[in-house]
Amino acid sequence: MHIRLKIWRQEEAGSPGRMESYELKEVNEDMSFLEMLDVLNEQLMRQGVRPVEFDHDCREGICGQCGVMINGRPHGPLKNTTTCQLHMRSFRDGQEIYIEPFRAAAFPVKCDLKVDRSALDRIIQAGGFISVNTGQAPEANTTRIASPLAEAAFDAAACIGCGACVAVCKNSSAALFTSAKVTHLALLPQGKEEAQDRVLHLVNQMDAEGFGHCTNTEACEVECPQEISVLHIARMNWEFNKAHILRR
Amino acid sequence: MTQTTLTRKIWMALTGLFLCFFLVIHLLGNLQLLLPAAESQLQFNAYSHLLSGNILIKIISWVLYASILAHVIYAIIITAANTRARKVKYHYDRRGSASKWYSRNMGLLGTVIFIFLVIHFRDFWYVYKFGQLPLDAKGNKDLYTLVTEVYSQGWYVAVYVICMVALCYHLLHGFFSAARTLGVYHPKYVRWIKALGWIYSVGICAGFAFIPVYVHFLK
Repeated sequence: MHIRLKIWRQEEAGSPGRMESYELKEVNEDMSFLEMLDVLNEQLMRQGVRPVEFDHDCREGICGQCGVMINGRPHGPLKNTTTCQLHMRSFRDGQEIYIEPFRAAAFPVKCDLKVDRSALDRIIQAGGFISVNTGQAPEANTTRIASPLAEAAFDAAACIGCGACVAVCKNSSAALFTSAKVTHLALLPQGKEEAQDRVLHLVNQMDAEGFGHCTNTEACEVECPQEISVLHIARMNWEFNKAHILRR
Repeated sequence: MTQTTLTRKIWMALTGLFLCFFLVIHLLGNLQLLLPAAESQLQFNAYSHLLSGNILIKIISWVLYASILAHVIYAIIITAANTRARKVKYHYDRRGSASKWYSRNMGLLGTVIFIFLVIHFRDFWYVYKFGQLPLDAKGNKDLYTLVTEVYSQGWYVAVYVICMVALCYHLLHGFFSAARTLGVYHPKYVRWIKALGWIYSVGICAGFAFIPVYVHFLK
């Protein structure tokens, strides 16, 4: 395959960036998208040009590191797929591909396609945990959790924090991410204890990081690699409203 | 009270739902315009007089004006915050394929509706409250004749219908979005609310759009 690339190049945080054009003559259609970028970087290094920096780790679709904007969509043209699980067969021979970093005021660009997503970590730190004395592991059946409930909580916990929900949102809202944390812990008995404080802390941190409002366009669910449901946002709103009204 | 992204949306939802409720009452009142001419005139004018004299209706009308203002003001505050949150644009943007266009353009649709409201208030509300209107056979202000005269202009009816289409899309997203903001998360009731939202939005807007068309062509 012959591929023409337009890639966002930026030296460092705060420096001005621009779109640069590159060409790859022999791309195998079975390559993953990241392998294609590896091939590009080898070509650039041979030419003495600084390689394109991008985040990646597991390349198995489970770590959430590799999010970039591909032809105007987070993680590229496929629904519910990470960038590493996208293959070059999803593109046409001779196609022009735009690659840009995820954009949001809360996700400052660090270099080229790498963005600082630590805002999501700080949201988790604000309340995405339960406070218990650990000590010895308790007997497994002391706290009974029915299978459907465990599954529902796990559906929310499956979020890999890639940031695609923020990148696709017209308001750069982190509602889907934050709500996944809220639901995940609010459903389980261990998380119920602090449910009220948690949702308030999570929402306050989400706002402090500069994410926008949720307009319920539901684009986040479409692009989420883990198919996190927008109904978690509804549950976050419910938990928040309850906590807000009952707060002393 | 500190404002969070969620509390601002709650205000949007509550004021929006009150406006939704008002639209139902308003449409039911307007349906009297579809009665035969002579009967319609007396009944519609008597109904208008009844509304303008009632203290309860007066209180509701103040809540209505406050709701419209709060809905607009919060929309502006929210839009400004959202603009700050996204800051840098994409060079190549195809994000629109992941959501419905009307869900992304509530501000634009809302602006169309607001302009419509200004015209609507000027043509009917202002004239009824502060203008000089002739009286009908029963001594009530003759709002009916004013309405039918305004609706006899083809361009006015066309603009009216276009505005009702904008309202329909606004309600289509707004109704279900309000329920979500208030926290309806049960999948079954979410489906019901989406269906109800469709029926409500199409019903209200088709009803409102039909009245001027009917008056224009058949009265």
